[in-house]
Amino acid sequence: MEAFTQHIGTAAPLRRSNVDTDQIIPAVYLKRVTRTGFEDGLFAAWRNDPEFVLNQPEYGGVSVLVAGPDFGTGSSREHAVWALLDYGFRVVVSSRFGDIFRGNSGKAGLLAALVEQDVVERLWTTIEADPGTKVTVDLEHKTISAGDVSAPFEIDDYTRYRLLNGLDDVGITLSHEADIAAYEATRPAFKPATLPAKA
Amino acid sequence: MGRTLSEKVWDAHVVRHADGEPDLLYIDLHLVHEVTSPQAFDGLRLGGRQVRRPDLTIATEDHNVPTYDVDKPIADPVSRTQVDTLRKNAEEFGIRIHTLGDPDQGVVHVIGPQLGLTQPGMTVVCGDSHTSTHGAFGAIAFGIGTSEVEHVLATQTLMQARPKTMAVTVDGVLPDGVSAKDLVLALIAQVGTGGGQGYIVEYRGEAIRALSMEARMTICNMSIEWGAKAGMIAPDETTFSYLQDKPHAPQGVDWEAAVEYWKSLATDADATFDREVVLRAEDITPFVTWGTNPGQGIPLSESVPSPDAFANENDKRAAERALEYMGLTAGTPMREIHVDTVFLGSCTNGRIEDLRAAAGVLAGRKVAEGTRMLVVPGSGRVRLQAEAEGLDAIFKDAGAEWRGAGCSMCLGMNPDQLAPGERSASTSNRNFEGRQGKGGRTHLVSPLVAAATAVTGTLAAPADLPPVDVAVPENV
Repeated sequence: MEAFTQHIGTAAPLRRSNVDTDQIIPAVYLKRVTRTGFEDGLFAAWRNDPEFVLNQPEYGGVSVLVAGPDFGTGSSREHAVWALLDYGFRVVVSSRFGDIFRGNSGKAGLLAALVEQDVVERLWTTIEADPGTKVTVDLEHKTISAGDVSAPFEIDDYTRYRLLNGLDDVGITLSHEADIAAYEATRPAFKPATLPAKA
Repeated sequence: MGRTLSEKVWDAHVVRHADGEPDLLYIDLHLVHEVTSPQAFDGLRLGGRQVRRPDLTIATEDHNVPTYDVDKPIADPVSRTQVDTLRKNAEEFGIRIHTLGDPDQGVVHVIGPQLGLTQPGMTVVCGDSHTSTHGAFGAIAFGIGTSEVEHVLATQTLMQARPKTMAVTVDGVLPDGVSAKDLVLALIAQVGTGGGQGYIVEYRGEAIRALSMEARMTICNMSIEWGAKAGMIAPDETTFSYLQDKPHAPQGVDWEAAVEYWKSLATDADATFDREVVLRAEDITPFVTWGTNPGQGIPLSESVPSPDAFANENDKRAAERALEYMGLTAGTPMREIHVDTVFLGSCTNGRIEDLRAAAGVLAGRKVAEGTRMLVVPGSGRVRLQAEAEGLDAIFKDAGAEWRGAGCSMCLGMNPDQLAPGERSASTSNRNFEGRQGKGGRTHLVSPLVAAATAVTGTLAAPADLPPVDVAVPENV
């Protein structure tokens, strides 16, 4: 995973709450077995609407999404994160994220920055007044700034550490293999196993 | 100080704890399906890694498979490739798989319990958010993304920050004709879709204790719909007697040891929760959704709410959008809403008791003209059981379609979908925009409401139907 320290880019305001992962990418786009190319499914139902924010020319080339509360609720599909990344987003800002979405973001290298709803509202106003406003997201200092707005954001320390260093979870965990083996030796005999199959 | 159920189960699975880091948790059971696993297996191959514990892993195909012509090759080539990919991965990595046509093929959250692989005190994960279903047994069970699927395949562990604890206590007795689904929909309407965020929830109280295992699964299934990390119910005699004759239940001395351990998991009397919510079962009536998230629900007896009724500006805007998408007008009685399609099935309500409840309503009655009904058993075994009990005949006589097992119309990625503008009453778990097919409109309902709605063609409860003179089989 690529390390993430600071990102500077333009932003799109998504003035909707409860944008669930079915809205971010509908299930029909989940049939692929590859890891890339999901940008065509991003917000698929809304992309046909000429009024939709990402269809406005002034929001071309954005890399920061500022969304309403409860972004990424619902399904566990990591494809939602991949679709945002494949489209070009590096940061999503919201006042509340679905838990699994936020976890998936940290794994895949998308920064999910948690801020107060008041900060979201001020960012919306700033971006809409000038869509060319550069938004700076500093993971080192956990701050987001755009125009006159400057605010802290929250992210858990461990996800921040991993993002800053571009670390791979499986590699970290396998360095604790001895702990895993020691735990396995203590598991009770009555715990079930899938093999051999019984019917 | 005492510990809660979730704290006991969590503590028993910590492989490694270090300050400032998430706990490394051991995973007892990993359920795998075709949609969220292919990229995880690719990751293993790229890293030259193996599946650490194939004997704690099981796969089935459910999300994108058709529910008819299951003996024929899958018509959609993209879906077929994904299913074939799972079969090849299972073979390459030595994982048990239940494929189309096998009695233990079906919705992944139905087959874990029916095989007896889901047991109290376990940790269960799957690349699917409705993994919370398994919490009904007193397990910590939650959905994970594909990166985490790869992590569990490679290490049989997950890094997880310890959640807070919440108690949802439901006192009293549910009225007749009110089911677990009504209860959980009423709860979500009260607490909101984000109300459980950051918590493992324990459902407790007299009304929860009185529920069957399958009804408990319905409750825990919907935990994710109000944002909870997981939902749990303490194991008790109901749990033990459900498990006793299941294929993978412990035997002999192992059974004795297991039950003794399971009994020790209940929340201690002096344990405290970070948050508590209390509901009165007597207050709950048949409940349906009117909007596009599971928190937008009201009693069936009420009318479509006005956006102006919401104080919060975001809620008001969301309600306006939802009414527009749903094609509804504020003030319309819910009972006057015409429904094109009734879907009975899913990991929420696709088990044998759900089918029995609906069959009890449909016996001697017909699906209304202009309405279709799909009945989709949660697994091959549920289908066989229903046929042994004659439920399939009741559904077919009523004019409903009797299908094979799978996720079907719950999620709009297989052939069972709503057309744009089509309206459903669905026993599934999500009424999101487009969830059941692009432009489709979903009302979440219980199996009883689904069956009554099929008969009238408008949202209805069984009590709304004129009586029929028919001998109903004993078990429905």
